[in-house]
Amino acid sequence: MKNEWPLWEIFIRGQHGMSHRHVGSLHAPDAEMAIKNARDVYTRRNEGVSIWVVEANHIAASSPGDKGPLYEPSESKVYRHPTFFDIPEEVGAM
Amino acid sequence: MYAQMVKSEATQDDPEKLAAFQARIDRGEKIEPKDWMPEGYRKTLIRQIGQHAHSEIVGQLPEGNWITRAPTLERKAILLAKVQDEAGHGLYLYCAAETLGVSRDELTEMLLDGRMKYSSIFNYPTLNWADIGAVGWLVDGAAIMNQVPLQRTSFGPYSRAMIRVCKEESFHQRQGYDAIRKMAEGTPEQKKMAQDALNRLWFPSLMMFGPSDKDSVHSEQSMAWKIKMNTNDELRQKFVDQTVPQIEFLGLELPDPGIKWNEERGHYDYTDPDWSEFFDVIKGNGPCNTDRLAARNNAWKDGAWVRDGLLAHAQKKAARKHAAE
Amino acid sequence: MTRDEALAQFLLRMGDNTLILGHRVSEWCGHAPVLEEDIALANTALDLIGQTQMWLGLAGEVQGMGKSADDLAFLRDVWDFRNLLLVEVPNGDFGRTLMRQCLFDAWHSIQLGHLMTSSDERVAAIAAKASKEVAYHLERSADTVVGLGDGTEESHRRMQEALDYLWPYVGEMFQSDEVDAEMVKAGIAPDPASLRADFDALITRIMGEATLTIPDSAFGHKGGRTGKMHTEHLGHLLTQMQWLQRAYPGAKW
Repeated sequence: MKNEWPLWEIFIRGQHGMSHRHVGSLHAPDAEMAIKNARDVYTRRNEGVSIWVVEANHIAASSPGDKGPLYEPSESKVYRHPTFFDIPEEVGAM
Repeated sequence: MYAQMVKSEATQDDPEKLAAFQARIDRGEKIEPKDWMPEGYRKTLIRQIGQHAHSEIVGQLPEGNWITRAPTLERKAILLAKVQDEAGHGLYLYCAAETLGVSRDELTEMLLDGRMKYSSIFNYPTLNWADIGAVGWLVDGAAIMNQVPLQRTSFGPYSRAMIRVCKEESFHQRQGYDAIRKMAEGTPEQKKMAQDALNRLWFPSLMMFGPSDKDSVHSEQSMAWKIKMNTNDELRQKFVDQTVPQIEFLGLELPDPGIKWNEERGHYDYTDPDWSEFFDVIKGNGPCNTDRLAARNNAWKDGAWVRDGLLAHAQKKAARKHAAE
Repeated sequence: MTRDEALAQFLLRMGDNTLILGHRVSEWCGHAPVLEEDIALANTALDLIGQTQMWLGLAGEVQGMGKSADDLAFLRDVWDFRNLLLVEVPNGDFGRTLMRQCLFDAWHSIQLGHLMTSSDERVAAIAAKASKEVAYHLERSADTVVGLGDGTEESHRRMQEALDYLWPYVGEMFQSDEVDAEMVKAGIAPDPASLRADFDALITRIMGEATLTIPDSAFGHKGGRTGKMHTEHLGHLLTQMQWLQRAYPGAKW
């Protein structure tokens, strides 16, 4: 609409050492206010230690049609997953 | 439930695409905003999520009515936090609806001019302090009954919003029951308030689930699409079965003489709400419809200069930064 | 006046400020200009109510008459309240509410900064917790005042009107009396007058960014923090806030 505040996507680092995770969106006039609003809206229960905001229309996304070509090739590379390898129990944690 | 009588839109799409879409839903896949979806699915969801969001926002008002009169500092803080959560839930839901190509302002304007509805329950008044307990206990209780299954709904953003809402909502019903319990166990006047609140809010709470299945025409398509997970009567019965023992524990009188355990069915029998009253409320003739819409309209109108002012400042600031670079 | 009597008065002043302002801010719940602001204002009110529980709880303890924070909040009459007049005047529009918040937050943050080094450990502990909350309140209210002051023509006009209306209530924050003298002597709290320079520097910077003009008047209403003369508004506020406790004495809620 004519004067609507832009939409921002909010990413929050829940604990030290974790990645930022998408938690939702909100409206704000600019990035600074988006961060403040995110603090008030998305960390009401101590959920965060760090906040990223990105204006929603700046997010580039893969299109759903590409889902096959983008992701299926990696499905066949099962050796990338640690459970692919059998490690004898005697060896201990690895 | 916060979305009542949401009419499913008919869909006129390529039958092959429709079948593939339905198959995805049947397999339990989530539909994401950029995926192909039937126009009817999109429109129905906008209506349902929008109505759900509006209910959260209008739902702030009856409880907000008591924030300045809460009897202790702790009760005031709990109530304020709870009503604030409702605003948060409205916000999550508007954001979910926005992924379908409608803006929050558009949805808001449709609420304000009456094109979109909100739950009938919020057109009833909160008249004594026990109402605050009863709303948390009964109204949030009824809402949770609907929202828990909706966490598995087919539309990804809606499902994620519901997961967040349910996580936060668990405190609402408990605080409500705790508040009304204090009243039921208190002085004779307090007990009278508790009984009065229960008597007034019982049938409106039952109405939250929408009309009886036999009169509810829109369910089938929505259930196939997994945007409605249970029938109205199923949920209503579940609510009655869950709530009756809670009433008995409080030592309050049952609000409906028709409530009786039915051994054969394994459920409580109960009296149906007065559906003509329900349709009156939906049409705008509930005790508080006019006040509720007026309050939302005023907030929106009176706030326009604030929204415009802060946006204008942000734009000036951006322009100055640009010029400096 | 004994030291404890002075301390109790001082604690009532702190707790009544947060009580009454928290109440005023909570009046916005469900009516703010945009959802994000509604949620943010509720957070501010919640912080203030929480601080009230601590300040008034300690006040009751120091008084030693077995009064709880709730007793003090809900069972005193207007003349017993020790809050600044600034916090009891009605909200007005959103601009006036945020302007008031900003003026109060500026004073509050400076005051709490000093109280963190109070000789009374209980006061220092409350101040340490509250000052983190208030630092954020100030950041947010100052940003909003700047944004609206430097926004549209209408928002600028409304913010200037708000500042003009509220400015005569600012001076009371810096008036000192015998209670304050006793607090200074005991190393419990700073002399209010000594906070003025920091306040002026902070507010001059914020109002400058907001393109607003600070009124050229030193006149200040007074009577709130001494309890000598409140506005007519406080009685109406208490009528609402205290209704249940007054109508049903002795009930548990």
